[in-house]
Amino acid sequence: MHMADALLSPAVGGAMCAVSAGTIAYCSRKVRQELDDKKVPLMGVLGAFLFAAQMINFTIPATGSSGHIGGGMLLTILLGPYAAFLTIASVLVVQSLFFADGGLLALGCNIFNMGFFPAFLAYPFIYKKMVGNNPNQTRLTLAIMVSAIVCLQLGPFGVVLETVLSGVSSLPFSTFVLLMQPIHLAIGAVEGLVTVAVVTFVFKARPEILQGALEAGPTGSRPVRTVVVAFLVAALFIGGIVSLFASKNPDGLEWAIAKVTGKEELEASKQGLHGVLADLQQKTAFLPDYSFRKQPEPKKSETVPVQKDEAGKVGTSAAGLVGTMIVLALAFLSGLVLKKRK
Amino acid sequence: MSHHIVEVKNLRHVYSDGTVALKDASFRITHGESVGIIGANGAGKSTLLLHLNGYLEPTSGNIRIGDIPLSKGTLPDIRRTVGMVFQDPDDQLFMPTVFDDVAFGPFNLGMAVADVEQRVTEVLELVGANHLRDKPPYNLSGGEKKRVAIATVLSMSPDILVMDEPTNGLDPFARRQLMALIRDFKHTRIFTSHDLDMVLELCERVIVLHEGEVWADGPTLEIFNNEKLLAECRLEKPLSMQGCPICGSGRLAGSAIPCPKSYASSGFDS
Amino acid sequence: MDSINKAVLDLKRLDLLANNDSSIHRLDARAKVLVTCVFIICIVSYGRYELAALFPFFIFPAVIIALADLPPLFIARKIALLCPFVLVVGMFNPVFDREVLLHLGSFAVSGGWVSFASIVVRSILTVGAAFILVGVTGFTAVCQALERLGMPQVFAVQLLFLYRYIFVLTEEAGRASRARELRACGKKGLGIRSFSSLIGHLLLRTWQRAERIHMAMLARGFTGAFHAHRQSHFGKSELMFVLGWSTLFIFLRLQNASQLLGKLVTGLFP
Ligand SMILES: Nc1ncnc2c1ncn2[C@@H]1O[C@H](COP(=O)(O)OP(=O)(O)OP(=O)(O)O)[C@@H](O)[C@H]1O
Ligand SMILES: [Mg+2]
Repeated sequence: MHMADALLSPAVGGAMCAVSAGTIAYCSRKVRQELDDKKVPLMGVLGAFLFAAQMINFTIPATGSSGHIGGGMLLTILLGPYAAFLTIASVLVVQSLFFADGGLLALGCNIFNMGFFPAFLAYPFIYKKMVGNNPNQTRLTLAIMVSAIVCLQLGPFGVVLETVLSGVSSLPFSTFVLLMQPIHLAIGAVEGLVTVAVVTFVFKARPEILQGALEAGPTGSRPVRTVVVAFLVAALFIGGIVSLFASKNPDGLEWAIAKVTGKEELEASKQGLHGVLADLQQKTAFLPDYSFRKQPEPKKSETVPVQKDEAGKVGTSAAGLVGTMIVLALAFLSGLVLKKRK
Repeated sequence: MSHHIVEVKNLRHVYSDGTVALKDASFRITHGESVGIIGANGAGKSTLLLHLNGYLEPTSGNIRIGDIPLSKGTLPDIRRTVGMVFQDPDDQLFMPTVFDDVAFGPFNLGMAVADVEQRVTEVLELVGANHLRDKPPYNLSGGEKKRVAIATVLSMSPDILVMDEPTNGLDPFARRQLMALIRDFKHTRIFTSHDLDMVLELCERVIVLHEGEVWADGPTLEIFNNEKLLAECRLEKPLSMQGCPICGSGRLAGSAIPCPKSYASSGFDS
Repeated sequence: MDSINKAVLDLKRLDLLANNDSSIHRLDARAKVLVTCVFIICIVSYGRYELAALFPFFIFPAVIIALADLPPLFIARKIALLCPFVLVVGMFNPVFDREVLLHLGSFAVSGGWVSFASIVVRSILTVGAAFILVGVTGFTAVCQALERLGMPQVFAVQLLFLYRYIFVLTEEAGRASRARELRACGKKGLGIRSFSSLIGHLLLRTWQRAERIHMAMLARGFTGAFHAHRQSHFGKSELMFVLGWSTLFIFLRLQNASQLLGKLVTGLFP
């Protein structure tokens, strides 16, 4: 599920870009330290492989519809977490540039949603723990199934959070969660099945590949600690954004938070933040307002709660429409003229 | 110049799945020789070549390039001496443009930027691919890829040129061009090919592999005239040594090599 | 498989656009990356109900497409395949947000519809900006620009490798699934069992290819470092390009040009 620029606010998009860029930098350093230059071409072609593999569809059992492999867990098992994260990120970069998958600002979100969970959560804490040191078919199957399902719950949950926090969509948090999570339970199960099948195939044909991957991956406590730190940083980031935007999107998130935390606390935090937010708004942006002289505004402010004000009290007028048409025409005309001149 | 000798002694290679690709191969190639390695599909030709620059490790036996025995420590030197052109040029061209690809080796040798530019232009002209220099490899045709792949190896100025099926997939003109290029290469040349006419034209010596063993090793003409041997190894005479199928004469028009036997008696029995 | 081939063709076409020669193509890639970033940030920084103020931003794609001689219909077709996820999520806005925001004559338009339209326009602009960036710069140059703007080299190399082998592997995947289809005797759909063996084979072949590429790299003296030697530089025209467009975007962001113009016109002809 690709997150998209059109649903993002700059704060959420920017923060997620920062998190992903930081993780990429960290993984790059790790991969460099591993000094296994065999991995250079391997990561590259496996990225291309994933890209190609995602174009082949299989029939989802018992439904008749078709799907393709996500491959996050597969790559992590084959390459280890650092190389896998970079590889997944690189595939997403290409998809965002060449197919309408997301957009550039959304890359941060997408890399995080699809790369971070398999590489730094499912792999060290679920897959490795369950497989242990001598993998057999049952352990492998179980570990992969659980990992895939967990990743495909967390990834879409990331999408939900990012969307709701951005406040461009008006989907309430609860509805969105209900829309996304159950279906991704099914998708996760299928992804798990397919990953098990592919890994089993590879395991039979070239056991040394998986053996090598198992040994190369991080064991012991240090990487776990760094992962925890990374998690904390991410949590702080997201926590910060949650609180910052809690007041911006009233319908969904507040409702969810209110349910969890109790109303009073929420009210308090909103009061504190509201002033900061309004201040910020004034400094950074004049929200352009194309409502025009003779607008039936009062009617609106009766029914609309306070929060809506900052999103812009919007009315319309002949001027707004005419202006829009002219601007569009001008934009395309300038294109045409420039083209003719050459 | 004894230091460009290639010596293979009792080489045996077993792949991880248990396939014995090479049983016991021994030969010695001296400097400046041009040697063709021929054999049926699966005879072990590619496996043998991959040992010559240390990509595969012998299961047993050993290899010497010049005075240096092939081992982990000597690999970088050996790889600089032995230039290897792979069977699939896609494996060899991994950089964004043809220029970058050919320049990859010289940069790794530590050459200065200006020298690299000059070297790249030289070798690209040599293989007739200079007009492709700014193209990405995935937009080249098969034959163009092959030529660029050869250029990438030549750019390293190797002392020994090893090629796996170099004319595979080339059009007749490109094949001629490549043959001229191989002929003009001053140092040792070793290549495998199913293009027996090319082997006949370019090599004074041929090594026949059969099921992982050296079945024959000797002067080209001698081997191509030994029909029993060729039949055993699932090979046949080069076309230019067979009789002309149209006029029935003993040699093909234009061929410089006399054919001792007529078309009718040449071995089609295998 | 038709869809695979189509996707690859599209990819190749977009990639080839970068070979055009125009004033925009000649600019240093960093300038184009920066301007694209400013553009996207300005777009997404609008509030959810903003619609009219987004339209002036079409000036950027229109001008660049014209100056760089990109095929407008091709770009438009690519944009028309708007990420379905965006549309699905956007479609919920009219459902949940029924607050009447404006009246068009006797029509009452709810906030949901306004914000849905806003999402679609944002999508067109941001996705279009990404396509245009690739079309006037090329993937390789974008990567190199990002590297020079601070992206780690390991990741830059990863992107280059990935891009190089996308064409090889998608074609391979296309061949494999075509071969399967031809033998499927009209049976539709690929079950998980045969899917995984097809993907497994593809994976193993990919793995072997990686090993051969690694070999080819070692054979040309690879020691872990890639040598960057591109010498495009960030000169006056790049600076003008970045400053000019950024100023325009920020001006448009602060000032609603649609409305200014509309006022002017409706003021003139009351
Ligand atoms: N990676 C591998 N793993 C297992 N067996 C292999 C591998 N590569 C090659 N073989 C086997 O080793 C044998 C020799 O293969 P090789 O590639 O050397 O043949 P070749 O003489 O180059 O054939 P061709 O003319 O078809 O290129 C074959 O039986 C092949 O099946
Ligand atoms: Mg071979």
